[in-house]
Amino acid sequence: MTPVLAVRGATKRFGAVVGLDSVDVDVHAGEVLALLGDNGAGKSTLIKCLSGALALDRGEIEMDGRRVALHSPADAHNLGIETVYQDLALFDNLRPADNFYAGRELAGPRWLPRSIRVLRRHEMAQTTRTTLDRLQVELDDHGAVGLLSGGQRQGVAVARAAAFASRVVILDEPTAALGLRESRRVLDLILRLREEQKAVIVVSHAMDHVMEVADRAVVMRRGRKVGELVPSAETYTQIVSLIVGGGV
Amino acid sequence: MTEAVQPVEHAERRRGDRRYRLLQALLLGLRAGPALILLLLVVVVSLTTPVFFTSRNIGNVFSQTGVIAVLALGQLLVIVSRGIDLSVGATVALSGVVGAIVFMHVHSTVLVVLAVLGVGLTVGLCNGLVFVLGRVPHPFIVTLASLSIVRGLALWAAHGTLIPGMPAGIDTLGGGSIRWLPYSFFVVAGLAILAVIATTYLVWGRWLYAVGGNPDAARRSGIPVGRVLVTVYAISGLAAGVGGLLTAGLLDSGSPTAGDLAELDSIAAVIIGGAAFAGGRGNVGNALVGAFTIGVIRNALNLHNVNAFYQLMAIGVVLLLAVEADVVRGYVERRVRLARAMRAA
Repeated sequence: MTPVLAVRGATKRFGAVVGLDSVDVDVHAGEVLALLGDNGAGKSTLIKCLSGALALDRGEIEMDGRRVALHSPADAHNLGIETVYQDLALFDNLRPADNFYAGRELAGPRWLPRSIRVLRRHEMAQTTRTTLDRLQVELDDHGAVGLLSGGQRQGVAVARAAAFASRVVILDEPTAALGLRESRRVLDLILRLREEQKAVIVVSHAMDHVMEVADRAVVMRRGRKVGELVPSAETYTQIVSLIVGGGV
Repeated sequence: MTEAVQPVEHAERRRGDRRYRLLQALLLGLRAGPALILLLLVVVVSLTTPVFFTSRNIGNVFSQTGVIAVLALGQLLVIVSRGIDLSVGATVALSGVVGAIVFMHVHSTVLVVLAVLGVGLTVGLCNGLVFVLGRVPHPFIVTLASLSIVRGLALWAAHGTLIPGMPAGIDTLGGGSIRWLPYSFFVVAGLAILAVIATTYLVWGRWLYAVGGNPDAARRSGIPVGRVLVTVYAISGLAAGVGGLLTAGLLDSGSPTAGDLAELDSIAAVIIGGAAFAGGRGNVGNALVGAFTIGVIRNALNLHNVNAFYQLMAIGVVLLLAVEADVVRGYVERRVRLARAMRAA
């Protein structure tokens, strides 16, 4: 089966520092891929390259087997790739609907320059509520996002990505700084994305969460891919060993 | 054991709910604070000074507050975008002076209006372009420099003195009234309606709040941050041009010292109106409330024959209270977030 997203021979340098060194990774529709590794392993660099925030020095990125160019986050958005960074990139002063549609507002008439088009506020609010309901993200208030709890904010960020990602959702540390119950909700959200046949890439340090939701785990160290396993009770020790630098 | 624990849990949850509702009410109170303070001020001044609530005096308040209100509308957009515009007072002076010079040579109301507004727009555009294209870390320095340059230009162009004469239409706009209601009131109302439309209903308004709320996220979302910032400063300059038009009309001349400290009044009005100095929050209605709060304080102290320097101090104290209210609001918002997380747990 052709992977939805694949990267071949990905190499990225920052001066003398090697961020990525000939990394091959692919992810299929309806699959959750975990990217694991210690700090400085190259996970963040890889997802920045996949989301268009950084350009590869060498290597190829393919969507459905076809080579694509990702020069900017806008290119990634157009290809159906959405990323939720660890800082969530939310606008605390705006409501969920405004956060959902920031930079891609529904507005008209189309003959006017984009900046002075009239917002279709009701339509944006309605669609946002529908998406949040579909993904079972419960909000007791649709006011400013800054007043939501950590889990609810994470829910809004993930739902926003899910709403616009037709193919791939990339999540950077989605459960960091969340309590047990709120982490549970985010993990359920990831499983729902998988049910919707989205390809999901999760970067996480929380091994128990990885074990629960990931279908496959790629382990990275010092910019290189050092292993690829199916997470299970049997492979747990092997994965940890690869992360910290031991052999398989 | 479980039976004993459950009532404790219920009591804890009820206490949490009560605390959450209390915090929400407090937040609502803080949001309505600027309007409530203005209302209280009006009630107190009306009770202590019978002349305050006469139509003539209300007309005076509107007339004296017109320029501050117009400048505050422009300053509001700048502050929402995380910036500050210190050049608006100087722009009021330069635009009026240029208008008076144009009127000396060409007796055309249209050309004078275009010149006055054109100067405001040009100064604002320069501020925005230097700030964005020059990659200056904060607009404070850019607009401080332009304050100095523009005020200097106004003094140079007017040879340090008043240039008398303005078209009759501009005199009427700045100093005339329909019965007791000054024409400047209608200018402020018109601009306020345009500002509400731009900030609430247009894509540009949504971009403005996004840029002020989280500039990095705005960039990542594909919002043209630089373009938004340039337009914000251009509009603030244009508003200063309108302020220049009203001032020149009121004085029937172009004065190089007009608008002195008006930039501070406009900033004070926006902050008293509850806008966050850190950007991302503030609205047109509250900015006008802030401007009229300053106007009412000045008027009330004038009616009580209080010396002008006490007026400055009074406005300073109100400004400090407004900033402190913003700090309290931030604290309450954090508590609301925490309470919400506790309820979810």
